[in-house]
Amino acid sequence: MPFKIISSQCTGCSACETECPNVAIFEKGGTFVINPKKCTECIGHFEEPQCVAVCPVDKTCVIDTSLARYQPPA
Amino acid sequence: MDAVERGSSAKNARDGGETMLAAEPNGCGTLIRRGKATCGAHGDQGDLPPAIWDKVKKHPCYSVEAHHHYARMHVAVAPACNMQCNYCNRKYDCANESRPGVTSEKLTPEQAAKKVLAVASRIPQMTVLGIAGPGDPLANPEKTFRTFELVAKAAPDIKLCLSTNGLALPDHVDTIARLNIEHVTITINMIDPEIGAQIYPWIFYNHKRYSGIEAAKTLTRRQLQGLEMLSARGILCKVNSVMIPDINEQHLVEVNKAVKSRGAFLHNIMPLIAAPKHGTVFGLKGQRTPRNSELKALQDACEGEMNMMRHCRQCRADAVGLLGEDRSAEFTKEKIVTMNINCDPEMRKAYQAGIEEERRARSMPRQEQVGEHAGGTSDIKVLIAVATKGAGLINEHFGHAKEFQVYEVSRSGAKFVGHRRVDHYCQGGYGAQDDLAAIIRSINDCHAVFVARIGGRPMSELNKAGIEPVDQYAHEFIENSGIAWFSAYLEKVQSGQIQHVDRGDGAIRQDPMISVA
Repeated sequence: MPFKIISSQCTGCSACETECPNVAIFEKGGTFVINPKKCTECIGHFEEPQCVAVCPVDKTCVIDTSLARYQPPA
Repeated sequence: MDAVERGSSAKNARDGGETMLAAEPNGCGTLIRRGKATCGAHGDQGDLPPAIWDKVKKHPCYSVEAHHHYARMHVAVAPACNMQCNYCNRKYDCANESRPGVTSEKLTPEQAAKKVLAVASRIPQMTVLGIAGPGDPLANPEKTFRTFELVAKAAPDIKLCLSTNGLALPDHVDTIARLNIEHVTITINMIDPEIGAQIYPWIFYNHKRYSGIEAAKTLTRRQLQGLEMLSARGILCKVNSVMIPDINEQHLVEVNKAVKSRGAFLHNIMPLIAAPKHGTVFGLKGQRTPRNSELKALQDACEGEMNMMRHCRQCRADAVGLLGEDRSAEFTKEKIVTMNINCDPEMRKAYQAGIEEERRARSMPRQEQVGEHAGGTSDIKVLIAVATKGAGLINEHFGHAKEFQVYEVSRSGAKFVGHRRVDHYCQGGYGAQDDLAAIIRSINDCHAVFVARIGGRPMSELNKAGIEPVDQYAHEFIENSGIAWFSAYLEKVQSGQIQHVDRGDGAIRQDPMISVA
């Protein structure tokens, strides 16, 4: 399950955009969104998801439970 | 050196012609006291090497004297931050470095550079471009440095300045030096991680979120390391500290010593801004904010070898204009697009040469008057509030003042010690009772308020509150007038005509300043 950003909580600060190792985050109408196809939950890159770690508003970058979990390549 | 000697050396410097600028006798505008001058980068040659005076003499944040004359602007190109502070709510802007409740317009580096040129073409006393957020400039290094590069190319006379929390600072010191960024401010609220843990919930460092004492340890190590690296490269460093009662209030004296020993040029202790409506951790938990008397006592305690800044307006990340005025509404993205920009550095140079001439012309009589005054014996000190539009003059109507500058006057002279923000009191020549009461609360610790003009009702209300309205020095220099008034006050006290009584405390406003265009 990739991450998603709850847009009503997003401050548009862009901190996640530059930290994302997959360049999966982009601006849309003043807030930021995650491209679920590119999100790897930072598995294989970092110990913790970077968007969650840097986001100034708690519970704004969350797992998108409507999508299948990210599967790292074997 | 006492005041009389200062006056004499100033005269020699003036006679010396070319040495005058470096020897500007009274750049501080407030230094008139024995020993160490008190404000930001004052202009006394005995204290300040010419090379440093040259860097600060036109920087309104680094020189209290310059702030009467020169303007600065901030561009909001740096929205991201790498840590969280309990006095900041990122849903708005940082409550302390930019005023709460008024969101900044984010700019790209290209838009920011255009805005700088637009402002420079309309406000020729604009000498400094700062990047202060609304996040942390060094958490957005590409945008920050790109902006500086563009501006340096288009308007090389404009000084570059940035303000950071210091976490990423050691990684960027070489770039700062390469881009000729002459002024860096670091916000340092503690050097003790136990205290830091009460101020910072977390930091984001090396791709990880750290919290508690571990976070504060890393932060203080990086801040002090960054400060040392800047000092080693001769980059002027100001340290900002937010005074948080019962958390770091006493500790800031230790912070002051630590940053002084690492070469900080100026220390700016600011009062915490916190109210529940700001939505900050401190605001929501009802953290107490400092009283004016507490702030002044702490600033006085830290004042020694170190310059203390007392003229900080805790301005927004997109502020434009003189400190204490905000002209950002004139320079929105939409308005800039339609502006005809004629950014001629020669025009600015000529305008600023005029300002320097005026500064020189007014410094001499002030010194002489202090010399005459220094003979008294009373140790009475009083505060006076002044309505001013700048240039060191009493030139604002009481009802139009957005702020009052506060001077401490004593037999050793007049010293700028702070300012009090007030809302517009006069709305179409007709003031509301509540606003007037709020103004009186904010200057309640002052014995007198100096104005260019004042209406009948406020005059009578001030008198009732025991604050003397003084309009006889309209359009004259603040220090001279304060000293003249104080001499008369002392005479009246000594002759028994009036009795000197201490005043109460003044309130620090917690509301956001709404720009009144």
